[in-house]
Amino acid sequence: MTTPKAGGPSHADVSIVLNGERRRVAAGLSVAALLRSLDLHPGTVVVERNREILARDAIGATTVEDGDRIELVHFVGGG
Amino acid sequence: MNPTGPPDPPLAIADTTFASRLIVGTGKYRTNQEMVAAIRASGAEMVTVAVRRVDLDRSAEEGILHHLDPAEFLLLPNTAGCYTAADAVRYARLGRAAGLTDWVKLEVIGDERTLLPDTAATLEAAVELAADGFKVMAYTNDDLVAALRLEDAGCVAVMPLASPIGSGLGVVNPYYIREIKRRLSVPIIVDAGVGTASDACVTMEQGVDGVLMNTAIAAAEDPVGMARAMKLAVRAGRDAYLAGRMEAREIAVPSSPLGGMLG
Repeated sequence: MTTPKAGGPSHADVSIVLNGERRRVAAGLSVAALLRSLDLHPGTVVVERNREILARDAIGATTVEDGDRIELVHFVGGG
Repeated sequence: MNPTGPPDPPLAIADTTFASRLIVGTGKYRTNQEMVAAIRASGAEMVTVAVRRVDLDRSAEEGILHHLDPAEFLLLPNTAGCYTAADAVRYARLGRAAGLTDWVKLEVIGDERTLLPDTAATLEAAVELAADGFKVMAYTNDDLVAALRLEDAGCVAVMPLASPIGSGLGVVNPYYIREIKRRLSVPIIVDAGVGTASDACVTMEQGVDGVLMNTAIAAAEDPVGMARAMKLAVRAGRDAYLAGRMEAREIAVPSSPLGGMLG
């Protein structure tokens, strides 16, 4: 399983903005692997990538690209 | 016929019927356990939820789907916090993807202090969402013309406020609420402003189809107790409306016979 690098930038990293925060993750990382690395379950989270909602059955085949803006959202309490 | 009171068909919104005329929110509770207990005590079948970023620094169990079963409640994603039509449409689509439901509580705010709706932006978003297949329940002002336009846009329910969100001021304009109910065909759900059980009862006595509330229950000292009170108040107000109240007059009329008094 591929996981995001915890250390500094390297040639194998790409830079993304995840929920508003700039992060570096391993190049070639799938969105599904990104969720796993964050301990999130695809069934309870919606992924929006560059303003497009990713279908749940597409997250395994979708690779995180340099410059991606990714939002991970879910339901919380509200009125 | 209901032998214990006036006949009352269930609330029907779009293709779905609800035994309860009370819709509740899930925000502001002290604990998730208290939220679930209060919602069950309220008898509500439809509950609103908000769409927000996952907090990546906290546990993955923060999402409300870990506490509320979509098989038990119809989850109504809202667009709370949105100030533009475009943002509301974006949040509605995220909510649809999260909940796998076409229902949305559309809310576009126009003023930070009062949280009053931007009815022009709400209408713009309603048109787009209805065309995209959403079942739009639109939060709006107690404004007849805005309500008529939202109905024309294809909203499955129109939801005028009783008073500002979270204010607990009750129905500030019962005449406007009644006129909206008289003039529209879609269900009218009064959304926001109810503070306590008497407010919910007065709201239902206007003849509207239902009430949506959150803070009045969540911010009560005992939310479960208040949820039960709201359930009874909504039922009482509905029954009183159907029963038809006596005429009010500013003079006393004796209830006991005038004749037969002792000489």
